[in-house]
Amino acid sequence: MAGDSRQGARAAAQRRAAWSLNNPGVRALIYQVALVAAVLLGVWYLASNTAHNLEVRKIASGFGFLGREAGFEIGESPFTAYGAADTYRKAFVVGLLNTFRVALIGIVLATLIGTLIGLARLSHNWLIAKISSGYIETVRNIPLLVQLFFWYAIISENLPGPREALNPLPGVYLSNRGIVFPVFASHPVHVWMGVTLLAGIAAAWLVARWARARQARTGQIFPVFSTGAALILGLPLVAFLAAGAPTALNRPELAGFNFAGGGVLTPEFAALLAGLTLYTAAFIAEIVRAGIIAVDRGQFEAAAALGLRPRRVMRLVILPQALRVIVPPMTSQYLNLTKNSSLAVAIGYPDLVSIANTAMNQTGQAIEGIAVIMAVYLTISLSISAFMNWYNARIALKGARR
Amino acid sequence: MSARHAPAGASPLSWIIGNLFYSVPSALATLLLAYLAWKAIVPFVDWAFVNAIWSAPDSKPCREARGAGACWALITEKHRFILFGTYPYEQHWRPALGILLLIALYVVSAMRRFWRPALAGVWLAGLALIGVLMWGGVFGLPYVENERWGGLMLTLLLATIGIAFAFPLSIVLALGRRSDMPAVRVLCVGYIELIRGVPLISLLIMASVMLPLFLPEGLSIDKLLRAQIAMILFAAAYLAEVVRGGLQAVPQGQVEAADAMGLSYWKKTLLIVLPQALRVSIPPLVNTFIGFFKDTSLVVIIGLFDLLTSIKVSIAEPAWTGFGVEAYIFASLVYFAFCYAMSQYSQNLERELARGRAHYLREN
Repeated sequence: MAGDSRQGARAAAQRRAAWSLNNPGVRALIYQVALVAAVLLGVWYLASNTAHNLEVRKIASGFGFLGREAGFEIGESPFTAYGAADTYRKAFVVGLLNTFRVALIGIVLATLIGTLIGLARLSHNWLIAKISSGYIETVRNIPLLVQLFFWYAIISENLPGPREALNPLPGVYLSNRGIVFPVFASHPVHVWMGVTLLAGIAAAWLVARWARARQARTGQIFPVFSTGAALILGLPLVAFLAAGAPTALNRPELAGFNFAGGGVLTPEFAALLAGLTLYTAAFIAEIVRAGIIAVDRGQFEAAAALGLRPRRVMRLVILPQALRVIVPPMTSQYLNLTKNSSLAVAIGYPDLVSIANTAMNQTGQAIEGIAVIMAVYLTISLSISAFMNWYNARIALKGARR
Repeated sequence: MSARHAPAGASPLSWIIGNLFYSVPSALATLLLAYLAWKAIVPFVDWAFVNAIWSAPDSKPCREARGAGACWALITEKHRFILFGTYPYEQHWRPALGILLLIALYVVSAMRRFWRPALAGVWLAGLALIGVLMWGGVFGLPYVENERWGGLMLTLLLATIGIAFAFPLSIVLALGRRSDMPAVRVLCVGYIELIRGVPLISLLIMASVMLPLFLPEGLSIDKLLRAQIAMILFAAAYLAEVVRGGLQAVPQGQVEAADAMGLSYWKKTLLIVLPQALRVSIPPLVNTFIGFFKDTSLVVIIGLFDLLTSIKVSIAEPAWTGFGVEAYIFASLVYFAFCYAMSQYSQNLERELARGRAHYLREN
């Protein structure tokens, strides 16, 4: 009502002083046109300088170079075979896959370790709480890059050579060439285990949906969690057993000056993963702690007073409230971890930035190289923001003002 | 948290039982952790202190003690280089004085009783003095070009100047993001999200290889300034989000009251909104400063001579290769000292401001 009359008054005033400088709307329009013009002028100025400089320095422009032969080797490309004769496009793809590899493994590990440390900091045991808060304070106050150099120095300078490799577990060797460990020899059943795992997840989701609908209809509770776990873990296990449980291992063996066979974590990957995981875990620990503190004690007591069992209290009352506090900062930590994986360039792990950097040095096409890096990271962060907005809208309290 | 099982003022024994051995699992965890800590701490103390080589003219004694004792002689031998980089040796007193001056400025700015407009003047004077000290060329000080600045001094300068320029820019961006004018809002949001979406390294690489292409032919700016510009643009986007948080915390009634009094946009913003917004955003601002201070270490990647680069260069020398762990522990200690001081300060300030607010709410 008040808004209507105010708008009416404003419209009348605007009619009266339609194109006068006393009209705030007109002034705002002028400011905006001037600002946009200034920005466009600046961009045009820089672009024309750049075009001129490129011409003078005889640097090609455009993405044509992506199809040319890259001519450099990449230290590790676990997903696709890559050689120096392959194109720049393929080199960028290898870099992107390497970024995803370290980021995904890092996110999983950092979440596990961070949650553990966050819970430990809330422990009633003085020693546990102090050790975890000491860890958090130390790790958070030292630059990640220094930590990466530190881990890399430990692995590459202080571990023995492959011949005297440390052997903490049978088949696992630590040396200055990285960490080698036994893996299952590849077998066709692995593909089927993957397929059945996906089928199990799909089946568990369907069961959960059916159980929710049935509970809404009849009030009967179905053991969704145990059924889902049985489906997700059981189906691949059945496939594994049906294939005769092939447990042949591919063990690393010392051959000459290095190990052959088995799985390998290169020193660069191991140092980057250790640095990223331990650093991000300290931030995640603080987020988890804040999320748990944010749930009022009365909520535990009220849920218990309703007669809910502890697991249902956790599942239905505590977690939904804690997650509302935890998930938004947690996603931004995941994003930070992914962006921080670009520090790989400093210790020589071939991630996207490192490969783009090499390509820029070789071709001189800095603008295209930077454009690729920025496009990739912007895509990642915008998709994570989109997920965040979706999630926030989904968990928003009904009727609450956002 | 820790006092839940034992009342305050209890005897040490009951404190130990209450906090370390209050149940069987807790007792087991305590014993296990104490055992592990003991197993880790004893060899570390042996390595870092008992068997360590504290000073030596060359790395020979260190190589003999390798694996058993730390080689702090590396730091003793190289400390001038680590602190001041390639600054002319006999002029090292100048950056040393500069570091002390900067730290004095930080300390003064941290005290609430000095929070008044004159502080900005003190900063300007201080920075001018530091510029004179570092560059020289006047008062009989020999001129030192900024390619030779380095070490801890460069780290502090990158961080301080970065914040000093980024902060006003971030206020403009934050106000722009909340503006009623769509074009202003879109530009500010676009800038902030673009910068926050990409890693700092990509901006630094951009500054070192792309900025020269942007400038008209013949004009060039040196590497230090290019990196500094990238860091300012980067910090401004992050600080803008913090300032925006502060702006959102200002009650709508304050804005409406200012409007009702007929204040113009700038009067309203400068006199009513910003003072309240900045006050509540000081603790998160300090946390952003900490992150930014840590991020200055990234200039090592584009070859600027900051603290971390000078440490890396020290151990690149053949005589001292292989002592990376000691070198990086030292680097960690230096960064930790600054960051920990800032984080403690921010936590204290947060508590103090919260207490002030609680007091205000009680009184009214």
